[in-house]
Amino acid sequence: MAITPEEVRRVANLARIAFTDQELEPFAAQLSAILDYVRQLDDLDLGGVEPTAHVHDAVNAFREDEVRPSPGQDAMLANAPDREDGCFRVQKVIET
Amino acid sequence: MAWEMVVGLEVHAQLRTRTKIFCGCPTAFGAEPNSQVCPVCMGLPGALPVLNRKVVDYALKVALATNCRVAPVSRFARKNYFYPDLPKGYQISQYELPILEHGWIEVADDAGSPKRIGITRIHLEEDAGKLLHPEVPGADYSLVDLNRACVPLVEIVSEPDIRSPGEASRYVKKLREILVYLGVCDGNMNEGSLRVDANISVRPAGTEAFGTRAEIKNLNSFKFLEQALRYEYERQVDLLETGGEVVQETRLFDSHRGVTVGMRSKEEAHDYRYFPDPDLLPVVIEPGWIDAVRDSLPELPDAKRARFREAYGLSAQDADLLCSSRDLADYFERVAERHGDPKAAANWVMGPVLRQLNRDEAPPLADAPVPPGRLADLLALVRDGTLSNNAAKEVFDEMWATGRPPADLVAEKGLEQITDTSALEAQVDAVLAASPDEVAAYRAGKKKLMGFFVGQVMRATRGKANPQAVNQLLRSKLEGG
Repeated sequence: MAITPEEVRRVANLARIAFTDQELEPFAAQLSAILDYVRQLDDLDLGGVEPTAHVHDAVNAFREDEVRPSPGQDAMLANAPDREDGCFRVQKVIET
Repeated sequence: MAWEMVVGLEVHAQLRTRTKIFCGCPTAFGAEPNSQVCPVCMGLPGALPVLNRKVVDYALKVALATNCRVAPVSRFARKNYFYPDLPKGYQISQYELPILEHGWIEVADDAGSPKRIGITRIHLEEDAGKLLHPEVPGADYSLVDLNRACVPLVEIVSEPDIRSPGEASRYVKKLREILVYLGVCDGNMNEGSLRVDANISVRPAGTEAFGTRAEIKNLNSFKFLEQALRYEYERQVDLLETGGEVVQETRLFDSHRGVTVGMRSKEEAHDYRYFPDPDLLPVVIEPGWIDAVRDSLPELPDAKRARFREAYGLSAQDADLLCSSRDLADYFERVAERHGDPKAAANWVMGPVLRQLNRDEAPPLADAPVPPGRLADLLALVRDGTLSNNAAKEVFDEMWATGRPPADLVAEKGLEQITDTSALEAQVDAVLAASPDEVAAYRAGKKKLMGFFVGQVMRATRGKANPQAVNQLLRSKLEGG
């Protein structure tokens, strides 16, 4: 099944990746090839096989509800490009 | 044409754990911005989430209280979208395998009859951070506080079984009451611990097919929920009756104007591309775990109300009021048990105690200056005739203000009721001597004057006379003599 340049544009937008128009065509071809490769699985009878979400069988990893000290405001903001009043400062988010 | 409202609700409830759902950061409300944040809840590369066991315990409590089926295997999924309050670029939630499904709770319909509202599913997820929009003119930026990011939530999705604003409100109230009774949520709607989104559509009464629905976001009080539904119902009916169409969209409730407003549709339709979160293992729940939680379950509000009516002979209304919180119900029961007269205990708890609790800055009931045992002691003084009911109320307020035991206050203030006939006789004689006209009128048949005489004696004794004793004395003197 062929992925169209338009679909590449949509997915790129959802993932916040900027492509030029020239890039859409080659990515469409590559994504189509990947899907065709994976599609070989359709030739197998997988009726009784659970979809694999994890590669091993482990279940139930828990932690207890015990506080671990947080690194603190300064440490957590150390990599922020911009900050104000202990907050990350970002482009204006328009609330509608 | 007659129209019918069809409503389904999504209730997000913050779980009352000490730490976040996938890391050990504290969840306390009101901390300095970004002071309760770590690499896990900020989604830094290489940080791995680990599920808080308490969150699963809480989910199981909710399951048992809402008649839900617990999934033997459930899974976390990533809900992918970009928004500055979501540091990872995805929210960890549950999608195809939620932890709970197929439950119901019972609420009263508009006619007062019990009605089951179905619960489609309840899933676990993490909360997002908080965005602040500085109110500086021309400010072209927003601020992000991630303390709330990764705080555990349950999202409770109802079936479209709700048919009126009142039903919607009663459903949320009942859910809230259950969650608070279970101790899994503080129920504080002001602080956002409980948030409601409503899906609403209309259809011609008597038909089956659903109309197109609108989703109203973030209804953070019962009043707003009812107002928003009422407004949106009218809006949709008007549209349909004038040949228009309802558009499926997300709307916001503007509480100042009392209207719902369509959100300017964000660029793309939501496409969350859910997939199982590879960082988290499936959750497998053995029946033994459910049994253990069942053993720890408190008595739930409906059961408690029924028991209060049965065991204490209380009216439905009184039982409702006393069971409005677990603390109040416990307080009442302790007074009733110690005092032995549940009706008197109920009246005192619903009257003077609630009046004190409803005052501003009243302490929580657990720290009340009058513990249940002290109130029972006071009621005992009323029962044995030491105190009149009115004097007891005065003593109660004094106990609340000072935290002192009733016997001390009664002795100190000289409030013991005068029941001794010989002590009262002089007062009664004085009152009769001072009111010859009234005595004559009474004897001539104006029996209503008894109230007047009793009042005079009470005044003369500053309210300390036992009214029964006064009545008896007056009657024997007026009628016997």
